Amino acid sequence: MSNQFYPLFYSFHFYLFGLMALASSLMFVTRKSPVAAAMWLVATMFALAALYIMLDAQFVGVMQVLVYAGAIMVVFLFVVMLLNLGSPADLNDMRGKWGRLLAGFVGLALVAELMALTKSPLDLRLVLPAATDVPPTGGVIASIAAPMFKEYLLAFELTSVLLLAAIMGAVVLAKKTDAR
Amino acid sequence: MNYDLLIPGQLLGALTPDLILMGGAMLLMLAAAWRPESEGHQRTVGFGALIVLGITFLSVLWFGAKGGTAGPGVIAMDRFRWAADIIFLLAAMGTIALGIEHNVRDGIRYAESHVLVLFATSGMMIMAAARDLMILFIGLELMSIAVYVLVGINRRSERSAEAALKYFLLGAFATGFLLYGIALVYGATGSTNITVIGERIFSYQLHHNAMLMVGIGLLLVGFGFKVAAVPFHMWAPDVYEGAPTPITAFMASAVKAAAFAAFFRVWIDAFNLVDFAWFAPLWWVAAFTMIVGNVVALSQRNIKRMLAYSSIAHSGYLLLAVLAGSRLGSAAFLFYLLAYTFATFGAFAVVATVSRAGEQGLNIADYDGLWLTRPWLAAGMAACMLALLGFPIFGGVGFFAKWYLLQAALTTQYNLIPLAVLLVLTSVVSAGYYLGVIRAMFMKPRPEDAVEIAATGKLTRVVLGVTIAAILGLGIFPSRLVRLTRSSVPTPPVAALVPQGTTSVR
Repeated sequence: MSNQFYPLFYSFHFYLFGLMALASSLMFVTRKSPVAAAMWLVATMFALAALYIMLDAQFVGVMQVLVYAGAIMVVFLFVVMLLNLGSPADLNDMRGKWGRLLAGFVGLALVAELMALTKSPLDLRLVLPAATDVPPTGGVIASIAAPMFKEYLLAFELTSVLLLAAIMGAVVLAKKTDAR
Repeated sequence: MNYDLLIPGQLLGALTPDLILMGGAMLLMLAAAWRPESEGHQRTVGFGALIVLGITFLSVLWFGAKGGTAGPGVIAMDRFRWAADIIFLLAAMGTIALGIEHNVRDGIRYAESHVLVLFATSGMMIMAAARDLMILFIGLELMSIAVYVLVGINRRSERSAEAALKYFLLGAFATGFLLYGIALVYGATGSTNITVIGERIFSYQLHHNAMLMVGIGLLLVGFGFKVAAVPFHMWAPDVYEGAPTPITAFMASAVKAAAFAAFFRVWIDAFNLVDFAWFAPLWWVAAFTMIVGNVVALSQRNIKRMLAYSSIAHSGYLLLAVLAGSRLGSAAFLFYLLAYTFATFGAFAVVATVSRAGEQGLNIADYDGLWLTRPWLAAGMAACMLALLGFPIFGGVGFFAKWYLLQAALTTQYNLIPLAVLLVLTSVVSAGYYLGVIRAMFMKPRPEDAVEIAATGKLTRVVLGVTIAAILGLGIFPSRLVRLTRSSVPTPPVAALVPQGTTSVR
């Protein structure tokens, strides 16, 4: 890939994922079915993760997928599924011929892009060129850990006090009381 | 910024009082969970909390007496911080003292309620010390979350639950604004450090940068919510009414003082060095806060709602000091906060005594003829009302508080004269409701069917006695306090950031 096209290639994907995040979060807040809404939230999380990775914050991106899209959403869905939701057909968000066609098209487009990115002989990395002088993994995590435990140590420790107070408050409010 | 918390000496040097308070709060949290909840245990933990606050208070006094230095990096060590801490700690001690007895009466047996006051106070102390927007934000959240719970601590009261939910939702909304503002300010200046922000705005000429403008606007909205400035005051009357009375006193004094202290430091250190487009909106917010607070308070029948609107009005007066922003402004600000804290606590101590379990006895009509049955309570309430009004001599320190505020407003380079005039005019309006309470107590007969007021608890008596003594005592000898507050100015770590004479004149 020539350098000349790189900014275009980069910004195209940046806006693509940005649009995806916006569109899926819009869908997330407008869906009636909670399961469909949760799945759209997963899509939002993935688009955000892609944005993080493009911004050279690989660690945050991976965490986004693992923690938010993975763990938290599974718990979310689990709770939602325990509620009475009615028939499974109503949960489906992509209804009708056109909906299915659209879903299939988007899926195919994503597969095609993935193939293009992995099989292509060109260097199609979606990262900012400036990041090359940092060692890929060590640099990324160290650059998070160092400020967190040096410059922002106070904020980090204070957050733990904050969480402690919040947990205690939640327990106090959730305790059983004698009847009114 | 060359500040390393990994060095124990620096850590202890900067944060000893905060560490004492947080450590004490954690120990008491364990103590609170140690035994099954009961009235006696609640009382024990309450006294423990008073001891922790006392020790913290002494350490703050010790640091304050050592004199102010700029302090390392993100933690300010100036006298402004210690003075603000003293206000928070006094208010917290009053809250717990009132709370121990109020909890017994209302059947609240959670010993944790006192621990949450300690956590909230430590959050406030962090806010007063923070020179970094991130740390300020965490302090603010620590305070807010503890107070959300405290507002709803009376699980038997639906009003309390409603107030807690309202406060929580609007507070979370305000938090969003604040955080977004911080992010945009960071985006524009590349730093969350308040001093660095001020420096960069000046050196990069960011005065008209759109992102910075929006960021500061959002910050103002966030702080406006916390200090209940008009038009962000809607939550205050409902929440003040629904919360248990000691917590209402805590919110009206310490929570407001903390939000103001942080606001003051951010405004002075980061945004005051330059000619700002946000000066005019803040000017109008101050004007409307004074007008709306005082005028709406006139029509209130419930004393807690009346005091809530009065506290909104006082936010307006305090905004005047923020706008003045000078050395005198800082002194007047601290003086006013201290005077206001005492007067508020005295008033709420009486309200807590006169009210009955289940949020009864909170109407101003319940104060009719109080002088005839409980002369000391009536006299104490009268002194607090006069102090809040800023009445000379009988209002004690309240008069001087307003006096110094006016002085600060009139000696600044900005045009605050209309606001100063408005302060005087709205104070005259406020006589309508403050004197209304006094008239009810002294000039109306006690109704035949009035419910007998329970005996004043020992701790409530102490709180009332101390506040009245402070109001009148400091009213007679204010000069020492004035000297102390004059020396308590927020000090940026880098002296003389901007050469003299470059601050723009409006």
